[in-house]
Amino acid sequence: MSGRETPAGAQPGRRRRRRGRGEQPMVPDARFSSYYGRPVLNTPTWKPLDIAGYLYLGGLAGASSLLAAGADLTGRPALARTAKLGAAGAISLSLAALVHDLGRPARFLNMLRVLKPTSPMSMGSWLLAGYAPLTLAAAAGEVTGRYRLVGSAATAGAAVLGPAVATYTAVLVSDTAVPAWHEGYRQLPFVFAGSAATAAAGLALAAAPAGQAGPARRMAVLGTALELGAFHLMKHRMGLPAEAYERGRPRTLLRAAEALTASGAALALVCGRLRDRRPALAAGAALLSGSAALRFGVFHAGVASAEDPRYTVLPQRERLAARGS
Amino acid sequence: MTGDDDTPRMGFFTDTSVCIGCKACEVACKEWNAIPEDGLELTGMSYDNTQRLGSDSWRHVAFIEQRKPFGGPEPALTHEDVDVFAAASRLGTDPGSPDGHTELRWLMASDVCKHCTHAACLDVCPTGSLFRTEFGTVVVQEDVCNGCGYCVPACPYGVIDQRRDDGRAWKCTLCYDRLGVGMEPACAKSCPTESIQFGPLQELRERAAARVRQLHTAGVTDARLYGESPDDGVGGDGAFFLLLDEPEVYGLPPDPVVTTRDLPAMWRHAALAAASLAALAAAGFARRPR
Repeated sequence: MSGRETPAGAQPGRRRRRRGRGEQPMVPDARFSSYYGRPVLNTPTWKPLDIAGYLYLGGLAGASSLLAAGADLTGRPALARTAKLGAAGAISLSLAALVHDLGRPARFLNMLRVLKPTSPMSMGSWLLAGYAPLTLAAAAGEVTGRYRLVGSAATAGAAVLGPAVATYTAVLVSDTAVPAWHEGYRQLPFVFAGSAATAAAGLALAAAPAGQAGPARRMAVLGTALELGAFHLMKHRMGLPAEAYERGRPRTLLRAAEALTASGAALALVCGRLRDRRPALAAGAALLSGSAALRFGVFHAGVASAEDPRYTVLPQRERLAARGS
Repeated sequence: MTGDDDTPRMGFFTDTSVCIGCKACEVACKEWNAIPEDGLELTGMSYDNTQRLGSDSWRHVAFIEQRKPFGGPEPALTHEDVDVFAAASRLGTDPGSPDGHTELRWLMASDVCKHCTHAACLDVCPTGSLFRTEFGTVVVQEDVCNGCGYCVPACPYGVIDQRRDDGRAWKCTLCYDRLGVGMEPACAKSCPTESIQFGPLQELRERAAARVRQLHTAGVTDARLYGESPDDGVGGDGAFFLLLDEPEVYGLPPDPVVTTRDLPAMWRHAALAAASLAALAAAGFARRPR
């Protein structure tokens, strides 16, 4: 900006953090011009329940498919059953949410009209088109107990695609102009991977007998470490848009996610040695809800960062200044 | 993207220095493209009641009122000996200061879809509804769009949006139907001051460079082009502007970048994360099986 006064028509976007405690501002307050404080970007039109819900359920399904295949391989039938049914249920629900979110739901098949590597949504549609039938076949094989070979093959196939289903959603939201999503594109896939692991582990802890839930307990702990570590790194590296994660509703959701996930993992550590089922149930519930809170928090932080011109203008100004123009 | 061999890339050059804020472009656009009414809201912030580009506003005239000294009369000057009636009789003839500038200035600018060289909306569209025309413009095929809404947050300029009752995404087509029969877009046709100029992009760029030189010579040093450089983050805009202040004053991003520029890196990180997730699950099973 040149050194003259802020134009009358453009509100000076000065804002001060109100909270005295908690984290320090990551960047000092800065003045910037905007058009009457209006956002530069158009706000995402995605419905929070559908899309944040899908981010959550897709992760739950993808990581559950890994648990299912592992349980099959290591002879843990109850864990396999829980994971297979969980994956099939979660992915079915998420498909319903995705179609429901479309402006023209009757045209959902247009998603498979082209295959476009430049569109994460196109790639995701094809991925789901392959993955969802595999989870359903795996679950059907589990329930009916027939066509075991087909069921095993489907379980293995779902386990191959599962990690992609759980992490591509980070690319889906990062590949936008939304500052709090785009600027986190390096770490967000790891956050989502960790969050998927904790959700699937949570479901397994709550529904499978303790004797077979050992891998889920370890997955809960490792997933929590990955999720919280990657999320911390993401906020640290992101610069100004990280503030969107530290204000209002996203802040509340993400603090809840942190607390729920951490306590769920801690409970998971101890509940393997207990006879009582209740700690395992509590751990499962905490992990499942923690993962959901994280996805909703990330979703709402992105929307908030799109609605405030400060997150669009200031980093771009800094970029221009760094280039020396 | 230069258009076909026999069709040069077409675009807009919007010279905001001659915009008078009449909004004829907004009206002509709405009329020609049969865009539905989207509320008659009085904002009270300026003469701008359209507020922004969106599904039902494909041209948007921004109004910015600035108090900016241009060498006009000093504000602290006393006026006791001024004959106001004599002054009023000279209204319209007295430029106010020797160079014609006054202390208050209005900036008016007609914003529109930029028809980017590297268009994020087009890149992320999963149905192929958005496509590049033979004129090098970016257009939505409304019979294909399924309203997924991905283009909305992808656009670095906040142009394309979803129409609520209709569910599909809509934006400026640069009057694709009119171009097809050799006519100019409705907004350019209706512009009374030639603030909106339509033509082959190469020609417009030359014209714009000449206009900036002219304004700089005339002492308007704030004049600058926005979106004309093929080296910017979107590979240059098919619709570019001459502005008299920083882009963000007009609600435009100062350094827009097409989000898909980073997509290869995003896929790499996601692949690594997927591998980590698989490894993490394997580690869970690696202990003694039982």
